[in-house]
Amino acid sequence: MTQTFPGAAAQAAGRATPAVALSGLTKRFGAVTAVDALDLTIEQGEIVAFLGPNGAGKTSTIDMVLGLSRPDAGTAEVFGMAPRTAVAHGLVTAVMQTGGLLKDLTVAETVELTAALFAHTRPVAEVLERAGLTAIAGRRVAKCSGGEQQRLRFAMALLPEPELLILDEPTTGMDVEGRRDFWGAIRADAERGRTVVFATHYLEEADAYADRIVLVSHGRVVADGTAAEIKAQSSGRLVTATWEGVGTSEAVTLRSLAGVEDVELRGDTVLVRAKDSDSVARHLLTTTPARDLQITSRGLEDAFLALTGDNR
Amino acid sequence: MTAAIATVPDRRVPPLGGFSLTFLRLEIRRMLRNRRTLVFVLIMPPAFFLLFGGLSDTYQHQVAGRGNVSAYLMISFAVYGSMIANTAAGASVAVERALGWSRQLRLTPLNPLAYMATKVLTAMVMGAVSVAIVFAIGAFSGAVQMPGWAWVVSALVAWIGAIVFAAFGLFIGYLVPSENVMQLLGPALALLALMGGIFVPLDVLSDTLQTLAKFTPAYGVGALARAALVDDHVNLGAIVNVVVWTALFAAGAVWRFRRDTARV
Repeated sequence: MTQTFPGAAAQAAGRATPAVALSGLTKRFGAVTAVDALDLTIEQGEIVAFLGPNGAGKTSTIDMVLGLSRPDAGTAEVFGMAPRTAVAHGLVTAVMQTGGLLKDLTVAETVELTAALFAHTRPVAEVLERAGLTAIAGRRVAKCSGGEQQRLRFAMALLPEPELLILDEPTTGMDVEGRRDFWGAIRADAERGRTVVFATHYLEEADAYADRIVLVSHGRVVADGTAAEIKAQSSGRLVTATWEGVGTSEAVTLRSLAGVEDVELRGDTVLVRAKDSDSVARHLLTTTPARDLQITSRGLEDAFLALTGDNR
Repeated sequence: MTAAIATVPDRRVPPLGGFSLTFLRLEIRRMLRNRRTLVFVLIMPPAFFLLFGGLSDTYQHQVAGRGNVSAYLMISFAVYGSMIANTAAGASVAVERALGWSRQLRLTPLNPLAYMATKVLTAMVMGAVSVAIVFAIGAFSGAVQMPGWAWVVSALVAWIGAIVFAAFGLFIGYLVPSENVMQLLGPALALLALMGGIFVPLDVLSDTLQTLAKFTPAYGVGALARAALVDDHVNLGAIVNVVVWTALFAAGAVWRFRRDTARV
């Protein structure tokens, strides 16, 4: 990956106001701490994936960034303003999972209504055209398919030309093609300098479409960087071999080798996660009956599991 | 690219908290699109007026205050229509919360007060239509007799006084997040209308019920709307009734609204 952080460039050019600045952000629901003293700065122009398993605190964090809920501690700022102020200025919009539409309005009326609420918007006709909604502009929302409704939500979010677009699990329920088209549109749009933050639990999406991945788990940021950087953070490789009759005592011996992180047995197959894969391979091939040995580098998914600690 | 992203564009906040006539127009259009609401607001009140004998010979020739009983019934059922129209418009908040539309609106600059103001104005427009229909039937049938000024005053009071039910609708709308809230409110409004002396004069009730009735929310607006026809002096109790109930329902709506925004 050779791309640079637009945010890093902006920083070098004299530090622009960050699009999002979260400091010690905390949200509790009863005994559960959904967001746990989270610190995060997102520079203008970045495309950031907010990646984490369900219940990691992604939506709770986004709610506070949009001023939909109040933090129990810490602060959230959007372009240096209180979240509600940024929303009132039309600087930030979002496509949320929970946002509903009025069934008794037509597609065009819904966009027209939304446009009436902002001080600055693109022309309604142009927005409908760009979202591919012109043909169904006169259709009642109740008669639109799930995909059409999602396109409508997206059109509504882009209407005021926000500087920051927040997407909460935007492609849930879309088919593969719809997902590809959607991300194509988002990337094309972001070329113009818009900051995009999207929450997802799809690794491929984060890997393919984000400049930067912020990995959250249990309400905290556990890793932050490019996909490559995150893969490197949980460095090491996976050594797999067939070893007939392998048992717990052999596994314990392997676990005691230097640099071994984890040993797993699946029948006659042994899987060893290790920083120093060479010495594990040497050990297996010279001192044990193991055969069919394979060494693979770990992908983002392994990093994800290792860093979120939800692999057991 | 880096130069373009360094500054935040100077964007205005919409005036009046995002209140707009486009929004109001679309809200009214939505009400007019809803068949059930149309039946409740535009058909039932005049139908009741006719069913209760508003145009009958007997009532035309029976005196009530400065006019006839037909006038009394016309005003009463105009108030009933206005009540339903206001409640329906206010309670549409419940449907919008159930659908998640309220949450969608919170992603826009629309101020919650501008939203509530739009709902109240929608309620007022629908109420005006409802009052106008009942009064038009009364006028064109030739059955209703009362002085010209009483027509104007009673219509205005029936229209504006029903604001207590816009507040009631909003309160229920924020209290019950349900798409079918009007199914609950239809019978409730009929009961309130009965207790408030809208369907039948309070004289027919027992003394205890009569006293109790004066504390129910429909009594005030009903009595005030009919004042131009039947009263010789100011009905202070009715004015207090409207003011207190409006304040109570509005306070309830604001209280529930606050809890709502703290949660979502």
